[in-house]
Amino acid sequence: MSVGTVHATPGRAILAQPPPREPGRLMPAPSFDSIALPHLDAAYNLARWLMRDATEAEDVVQDALLRGLRYFSSFAGGDGRAWLLRIVRNVAYDRLAARRGLATLPLDGDGEEGSLADTLRDPGDNPETAVGKMQDRARLDALLAALPVEQREAIVLCDLEEMPYRAIAEIAGVPIGTVMSRLWRARRNLARLAKAGGA
Amino acid sequence: MLVQADIDGELDARDAAAIAAHLDGCAECRALQAQLRRIKETTRTEATRFAASDDFRRRMAVLAQSNVTRPAATRRRLQWGGWIGSFGLGAAVAAALMLAIHVPRDGGDAQSVLDGHLRALQSGHAIDVASTDKHTVKPWFDGRLDFTPPVKDLAAAGFPLRGGRIDAVDGRPTAALVYGHGRHAIDLYVWPTVAGDAAARDTARKGYHFVTWVRDGMRFWAVSDLNPAELDEFARDWQAAD
Ligand SMILES: [Zn+2]
Repeated sequence: MSVGTVHATPGRAILAQPPPREPGRLMPAPSFDSIALPHLDAAYNLARWLMRDATEAEDVVQDALLRGLRYFSSFAGGDGRAWLLRIVRNVAYDRLAARRGLATLPLDGDGEEGSLADTLRDPGDNPETAVGKMQDRARLDALLAALPVEQREAIVLCDLEEMPYRAIAEIAGVPIGTVMSRLWRARRNLARLAKAGGA
Repeated sequence: MLVQADIDGELDARDAAAIAAHLDGCAECRALQAQLRRIKETTRTEATRFAASDDFRRRMAVLAQSNVTRPAATRRRLQWGGWIGSFGLGAAVAAALMLAIHVPRDGGDAQSVLDGHLRALQSGHAIDVASTDKHTVKPWFDGRLDFTPPVKDLAAAGFPLRGGRIDAVDGRPTAALVYGHGRHAIDLYVWPTVAGDAAARDTARKGYHFVTWVRDGMRFWAVSDLNPAELDEFARDWQAAD
């Protein structure tokens, strides 16, 4: 599905360019819903995983749609899903920042390197065991929910939404290298948590 | 992390071939690859991908299809999805319009005001009507908004009026009056509210300062990178001026 086709409607092609700054720009392009709604599940899933709460997730998506309506004139085509998810992400982080201080598990945040292989291959441990213990939906959800939010976000976008690094980097507003190291730490933490919780 | 990029399907053919060649001769990396694959597959297939409820989807569809940009008085959260189901499209559209009704939530308003302020600065288009004359600026808003903001010039106090523009705050059009103070710009956002008069309060966010007050059915938000003392002075002078 090409987002560009939305702008190809006769008489609307001008919307592909950022519209001039005048009162008329306040009216969102009529195609906002056609950009946003196909990605409502992706938006909700991301919000749900970031907030870890169903009601807050709905609030976040609703606020993101309102923000999206407001800024739709700044959307110049391209990946509508990444555009919407970036807004969802920013709304969610604003809310999380407002209630910062809630306990998180002592896991690696950014800035610490380590070896996934070391985690996975403790002496005497069957290398299959740790991951094998993850074979349970509720448990895996709990492990994922316990990750630091940036790592959780990376996993959700990469493995649940199956987005490329480039899009994840755009949504998170970080370089691709940071996405890669967050994924790395996330997977190491998942393996470590699975091992610690199930033994 | 190249092994990871490989299992995530991020490598081009040449890099993927190089990794494959290395894996052939390196048991350690092969084991790592197997583990990473396992974790990724498990996450991909076992973790819940939450879906929006039908009720929420309906409400959001109405929201996304509406032009929610009318100024109004109070805003509530969309918690009445039941209505939409039972009353059909007319009620749904009405509900979407009621969304535009706004209850001031300071945090959200400060952020929206800051977003607008930064957007205007970055676009280099902070002023739709450039004039130091309040008798030019005020009428300019007539017909462009369904309220008329009070416009005052504070040149005598060191805050000359530069002009105005229409800007969106939280989805509704507002009047933004632009003032200068040396090299600094001050945006004074104005929109109607049902709230009663409220004295000026300061807030700060991301290095910007805000003063907000309510007077005669209008909510005011001043935002600037000015220091708080000078912005307070601006707010005091503005309220005291004719
Ligand atoms: Zn190797």
